[in-house]
Amino acid sequence: MFSRLVFVGLVFAGLALWPLVAGAYGLDLVIKIMIAAIFALSLELLVGATGLVCFGQAAFFGIGAYAAALLMARFDGAALWWLLPAAVLCAGLYALAVGALSLRTRGVYFIMVTLAFAQMAYYVVHDTPLGGGTDGIYLPGVPTAPLDLGKPLVFYGLTLASLALVFGVLGLLLRSPFGRALAGIKANEQRMRATGFSTYPYKLAAFAVSGAIAGLAGFLFAVKDGFVNPELLAWHQSGSVLIMIILGGLGHLRGALIGAFALALLEEFFKSEAVWGSFAKHWHLGLGLTIILSAALLPKGLVGIPQLWRDRLEARGE
Amino acid sequence: MKLATLALAALALATGADAQTKLKVGLMLPATGTYAALGTAIDNGFKLFVTEQGGRIAGREIEYVRVDDESDPAKATDNVNKLIKRDNVDVIVGTVHSGVAMAMAKAAKDSGTLLIVPNAGADAVTGPMCAPNIFRSSFSNWQPGYAMGEVVAKKGHKKVVTITWKYAAGDESVRGFKEAFEKGGGTVVKELNLPFPNVEFQALLTEIAATKPDAVYTFFAGGGAVKFVKDYAAAGLKKNIPLYGAGFITDGTLEAQGADAAGLFTTLHYADSLNTPRDNAFRLSYAKTYKLQPDVYAVQGYDAAQILAIGLAAVKGDVSKKAEFAAAVEKAKIDSPRGPFTLSKSHNPVQDFYLREVSGKENKLVGVASKALADPGKGCRM
Amino acid sequence: MDFASFLIQCLNALQYGLLLFLVASGLTLIFGIMGVINLAHGSFYMIGAYMAYALAPIVESTFGGGFFSTLVVGLVLSVLLGYLLEWAFFSFLYEREHLQQVLMTYGLILVFEELRSILVDDQVHGVAVPPLLAGSLPLGELMSYPVYRLFVSGVCLLLAAGMYLVLTRTRLGMMIRAGASNREMVQSLGIDIKFLYRLVFAAGVAIAVLAGMVAAPVSSVYPGMGNTVLIVCFVVVVIGGIGSIRGALLAALLIGIVDTFGKVLLPSAAGVLVYVLMALILLWRPDGLFKVA
Repeated sequence: MFSRLVFVGLVFAGLALWPLVAGAYGLDLVIKIMIAAIFALSLELLVGATGLVCFGQAAFFGIGAYAAALLMARFDGAALWWLLPAAVLCAGLYALAVGALSLRTRGVYFIMVTLAFAQMAYYVVHDTPLGGGTDGIYLPGVPTAPLDLGKPLVFYGLTLASLALVFGVLGLLLRSPFGRALAGIKANEQRMRATGFSTYPYKLAAFAVSGAIAGLAGFLFAVKDGFVNPELLAWHQSGSVLIMIILGGLGHLRGALIGAFALALLEEFFKSEAVWGSFAKHWHLGLGLTIILSAALLPKGLVGIPQLWRDRLEARGE
Repeated sequence: MKLATLALAALALATGADAQTKLKVGLMLPATGTYAALGTAIDNGFKLFVTEQGGRIAGREIEYVRVDDESDPAKATDNVNKLIKRDNVDVIVGTVHSGVAMAMAKAAKDSGTLLIVPNAGADAVTGPMCAPNIFRSSFSNWQPGYAMGEVVAKKGHKKVVTITWKYAAGDESVRGFKEAFEKGGGTVVKELNLPFPNVEFQALLTEIAATKPDAVYTFFAGGGAVKFVKDYAAAGLKKNIPLYGAGFITDGTLEAQGADAAGLFTTLHYADSLNTPRDNAFRLSYAKTYKLQPDVYAVQGYDAAQILAIGLAAVKGDVSKKAEFAAAVEKAKIDSPRGPFTLSKSHNPVQDFYLREVSGKENKLVGVASKALADPGKGCRM
Repeated sequence: MDFASFLIQCLNALQYGLLLFLVASGLTLIFGIMGVINLAHGSFYMIGAYMAYALAPIVESTFGGGFFSTLVVGLVLSVLLGYLLEWAFFSFLYEREHLQQVLMTYGLILVFEELRSILVDDQVHGVAVPPLLAGSLPLGELMSYPVYRLFVSGVCLLLAAGMYLVLTRTRLGMMIRAGASNREMVQSLGIDIKFLYRLVFAAGVAIAVLAGMVAAPVSSVYPGMGNTVLIVCFVVVVIGGIGSIRGALLAALLIGIVDTFGKVLLPSAAGVLVYVLMALILLWRPDGLFKVA
């Protein structure tokens, strides 16, 4: 437990100190990873903590992003203090609706229904005038705030603060009675229900919170890029974030963090021409093989590596 | 002697230090995914021109940095910023997918980096998003459609059905067609579309048969283009209702389409049998270097390099002189394998659109569909 | 829509539905019977299509065979491929959680796509319809219906019937179904469950590859073709009820109808109708149309 806190503490300390050594690109890269980490944490709440595999997380992410773009276009000089909660609320509300309907199903059917609802959101944005067009729409600037969000350092601070907040809140949430109820649902829902526990409101609440957090990630993404595109809601994004948390390790918040970093850095590594030369265009091969190996050798994800070492050392000690 | 060398060095440093250092060209193209082949063709075309100049443009040696954009708009800004902030490129060349190009245009506008678009036809890039440092060596989606609209009207067809995917490129192409066709006295009786990238055309082909138009105009590309042409022929419509399309339905797809594409008329700013000295030289050079036949994408890549060369020569290798760069390119006539073209005020090619007919494995030149066609550049304020 | 057009659209719907079933049936087998989530199913379809393209000239020059010989060669290769993959990768996945299977097969998609890029190329290709089946039947004054599409539908029906018969009427089918519900019990009865699973997996792969090869003349061959088909296959299997072949067939036909008529009657919503259909069916029957015990 203590070592975990130290690990998390080190990560956040590193993130806080990173701007001192990083150049413009380094800052950009870590902002991107932190946003992905927030996105991953949102899914971890559902998949890792509650055992609900949602394959439509991209919809909530995209709704947060599009809310930012559309509201900013509608309201000149939109301010961060109401824009951010508005985007988060939009995403959370859609998640509430999707959850209310999807939770009637279970297992793989649940997975596919969440996908269906994500695809519906995708098509609204892609095919209707509401979305503004399939090539995407630009944000008219950055939301007004006490500090200029257009400055990379300020935006870095906002993203880091958001990540820390989400991590902290989820950490507390999972240790609260609510969180323990979710853990019970994940372990054996029937047993929970048999003891008279009504599981549905808990699952629904987890769904809504998860969607809201994904919306936060989407909001930050839109402000960072200054551009939103319907592909943000595509099922590939839902798949990508799921891969992230499985790679990192399910059942642990830091697994989501690790997964986000790992996937981004692995991609950077395999795409690097400095390492691979002209073979870098086939980076999918290296990434795919790494993922396969990781699935084969690390059943608990990257987060399980320390445990594996410990087991090995113990085995050797015998 | 020592003093003279020192003075010379100081002079070199003071004046065009840029003239000695390498010019970094960032190629942001798809290496994976559906458009990988197009990315490769553009890459080949660009590099061919540079090689023909001896690897140097305006005295500066060219250094390439490649980024795979995966045709993913969600990663576009991060990818282009990689080139701008990590690799500090002087010029960005890209890309194929319009959604990605939109993100690139914004990044280029914000950072002031030179951007040359060698394919993405989104009208917005030389429309509302136009900028002095953004150029396009390809086309706008509106152009081939407009050119075909003129052709179909001249052929005497009155009732046309259009069919395409429901996305910006399809919409813009049909819009161009409709504008010219209706100006020429025709009517578009139905605008059919299906969700991108759905390729089940049977239902809509039946619709076309039921509507009984004089002709059909279509815009598809890639795998969808191959399937559509084959399905159209297989459904027996080809012999009864003539099919016209923007050139992309028969570009790079003829081997796959076989006899089903024979006799199809399309409009594009390039053809396989132009038989001009410039084009023949280009095609020979390309075939020798890459053991492949060039296509319109290779030409667009090649001409992107030409645009860079023209501008760079005018500013003597100093990319920071953006106004002079733009002025030089705007005045220039680019000697392209497709035929000479100029750039409009919004930096989109003003070029001839050829009417081509599929004959064997080639898009044979039949005539000029539209001479020096310029995209109106709606919304561009420069 | 006049009556003649309506009939033709029904034919279109039927044909598309059957093609969908052909492609999805391999997934039903592996996912439904063995409970393995195989995201690489779309990749096998793509491999089939590329095999049809790449093997054709080789088959022709080696023993002068045409399309059908290529099919046979492709089938043999795919059974081998399926067998090998099961032995090397998937056998380790049965005990694992579904999500580990997701991760592994996702990696497999990336590997297959890239191998395709390296071994073949990134271009779009076509496969010629075999001359025997290249004719068409006239349908009204303007349209005609290609005989090859009828052939494809015929193959789908044959396959559906074949799968159903093998699984419900043969000893092998009985063992497979038993192994799906209770692996240990079947093993303790002396049946080699490992071999059984390997067989079923190879069959699933072979069916997906066959679907790709048979559909290639109709769908053309291009990078990324596996991804688009993957999601629709999962939708088919889920609507039909996991593990049910007739469920998958019915689901495929339903999707065929919704997709075909949706494009004509509700073009603005056409992209989303299939998902609306899935959501509605699952909300009505949370375990799919035909629940398999």
